[in-house]
Amino acid sequence: MKNLSLLISTVFLMFTANSFAQGNDKGLLEKSIPEVQLKNTVGDVINTAKLHNDGKPMIISFWATWCTPCKKELNTIHDLYIDWQDETGVRLVAVSIDDNKTASRVVPYVDSKSWEYEILLDPNGDFKRAMGVNNVPHTFLIDGNGKIVYSHNNYAPGDEYELYDHVLELTEEK
Amino acid sequence: MKISKILASSLLLCLGSTVLSQGSISGNMESTFQYLLDDEKIDAEQPDEKALINSYVNVNYRNSGFKAGMRLEAYLPAILGYPDRFDGAGLGYRYVGYENDLVDVTVGNFYEQFGSGLIFRSYEDRALGVDNMMNGVSLNLRPYKGVTIKTVYGRQRFSFTEGSNVYTDGIVRGADAEINFNQWFPKLASSNFRVSAGGSFVSKYQEDNNTQLVLPENTGAYGGRMEVAYKKFFINGEYIIKEQDPSQDNGYIYNYGKGLLLNAGYSQKGLGIVVSAKSIDNMSFRSDREAALQDATIGFIPALTKTHTYNLAATLYPYASQPNGEVAYQADVIYKIKRGTKLGGKYGTDVSLNFSTAYAPVQNTSNVNPLDSTRVAYDSKLFDADDQLYWRDFNVSIKRKLNKKWTLKGSYFNISMNNDVLKLTDAKGIIESHIGVLDVQYKINRKNTIRAELQGLWTIDNKDRGDWATFLVEYTISPDWFFSALIQSNYGNPVEEDQIHYPMVVVGKIWGATRLQVGYGRQNEGLFCVGGICRQVPSSNGLTVSFTHSF
Repeated sequence: MKNLSLLISTVFLMFTANSFAQGNDKGLLEKSIPEVQLKNTVGDVINTAKLHNDGKPMIISFWATWCTPCKKELNTIHDLYIDWQDETGVRLVAVSIDDNKTASRVVPYVDSKSWEYEILLDPNGDFKRAMGVNNVPHTFLIDGNGKIVYSHNNYAPGDEYELYDHVLELTEEK
Repeated sequence: MKISKILASSLLLCLGSTVLSQGSISGNMESTFQYLLDDEKIDAEQPDEKALINSYVNVNYRNSGFKAGMRLEAYLPAILGYPDRFDGAGLGYRYVGYENDLVDVTVGNFYEQFGSGLIFRSYEDRALGVDNMMNGVSLNLRPYKGVTIKTVYGRQRFSFTEGSNVYTDGIVRGADAEINFNQWFPKLASSNFRVSAGGSFVSKYQEDNNTQLVLPENTGAYGGRMEVAYKKFFINGEYIIKEQDPSQDNGYIYNYGKGLLLNAGYSQKGLGIVVSAKSIDNMSFRSDREAALQDATIGFIPALTKTHTYNLAATLYPYASQPNGEVAYQADVIYKIKRGTKLGGKYGTDVSLNFSTAYAPVQNTSNVNPLDSTRVAYDSKLFDADDQLYWRDFNVSIKRKLNKKWTLKGSYFNISMNNDVLKLTDAKGIIESHIGVLDVQYKINRKNTIRAELQGLWTIDNKDRGDWATFLVEYTISPDWFFSALIQSNYGNPVEEDQIHYPMVVVGKIWGATRLQVGYGRQNEGLFCVGGICRQVPSSNGLTVSFTHSF
């Protein structure tokens, strides 16, 4: 217990020292997408750190086929997606955390709903853990430089407007 | 001595901090606090401490290929549903590793999965209290494009006692290779075919601690998998054989185990179809032969059933896969009736159908001499099912958006569950139930939505606990508030004093990636979905506060 508190205080000190040393450049907590190897729906291995959208905003949304609010969110965005893409060029990557109990349902579900999103499979929660996700749905917004600028852990009808407002902010900043 | 070591490493850490400042940190925290009351009706007892708390903080650090992380856990004491051997506060998970395009090495704790997980899956499902993480070393290689080799070596977490991890005695080691042929052969890449295949080997070692039997100390398991897809058709399967593995689960028999999983599907715009089959025989595979429940599992056997989310369908008669043997099938159809048609309405109508069933396997004992010394208990064949039903579920749901304001969803479930096998309650034999759910959503305006669910469950012949009803109202203010009230009632219980009501109110506030939820009331156990999040919760009566945050 004593050792543990020592360790914790050290880590804390380190952070504090760092935040002073940082200035305005790039904070430790300035989060970019961690590197995890995930498969897409055709079995290609994708390095998540290399996900990008040519300088335009990108949404990463964690979902599962058994998660009703997740499906609501992605189906709602699906109806708006054409307009969103026209206006901002935003791209959505939907990361399924379905494990093997439900993983075979992912592709048929996605196809039947005609989602145009890029789908990645995270059956053992590696990317979920690396991104600090507690529960689904959890949606992240990434700016053109690969920096995570906004995230939201929930879905209630109307949240898509909040998300899109943030997307618009990013495109207007340019 | 120990302190000076820590100080030295701290110094090193501090020196390294300038380097560290280049990297990035991410993580999350979760705290669940319960203040519980006595409630004789639902057999809930107030613990001596009155209050319980589980807390976790994860921190991951990454810097140009280098990675390290830890999780601190605290159970003071553990919330309901967790074994009481989870106690204290301390370091529950830590690792250091390095990753580039070729190698990915991790020393310390890690999670990994081979193929579908049937042969090896170490994973965390905190809500369910599952955490069979490895403690050891994992080395993954990607030597060629489309080829992934994974190796693991370590002991599995069994418990967390007095603030530190307790690992199983058994050692688990394994290797897995997977090839995506489309990335190998240009001809295949340009065709409509996709082919990938993989193979795994996993072995466990545990000392023979039995005085009566000669137990195999090393048990191997091996198998392969393949996926072939053509345009929008796919078929995949995995077959695993496990060598002699006498354990408490299988009654110390010396049979080999085998497991086969098959999935096939087709999809197009507006239509998705999946059929699955599973044949399992003697496939309980743990790093401790005496472990039970969710402890120390090496392989993961998925239940071939739909994961229901409506309270009554999800929580009362769920199915759990039977590692000692089962033959199971499932079919799923997702269909969208086109918008603008008579049946489809203005926005189209979503229809989903699902059927799943599981039977006992035939275990043929006629060729087996029970008195010989082999302790091979029976013969069995893949997909050779007995008449004994374990589970059957037919369900259909239809969802339709009527206009900008109203969305309706109606669902029906017919669930039969063999309680002699699953033993969820005291009732004998098969419990069959009809469940109906009406889900109505009304969007008041852009930000405010109200949703209600009316659910009923009727058991055939008023068996077990008889009839149930649930009524839920949920009010959400996007993006940051939700309010919900729920009452689940066992109004039709044949025993009058067991006609219990479970009222519950929940309020939640969301600040981006931070979420605070306060609930008060009686709660039945099961998969509980409220305010846009689903999680597994045990039964209780009292106050529950949960806080989650990501950074």
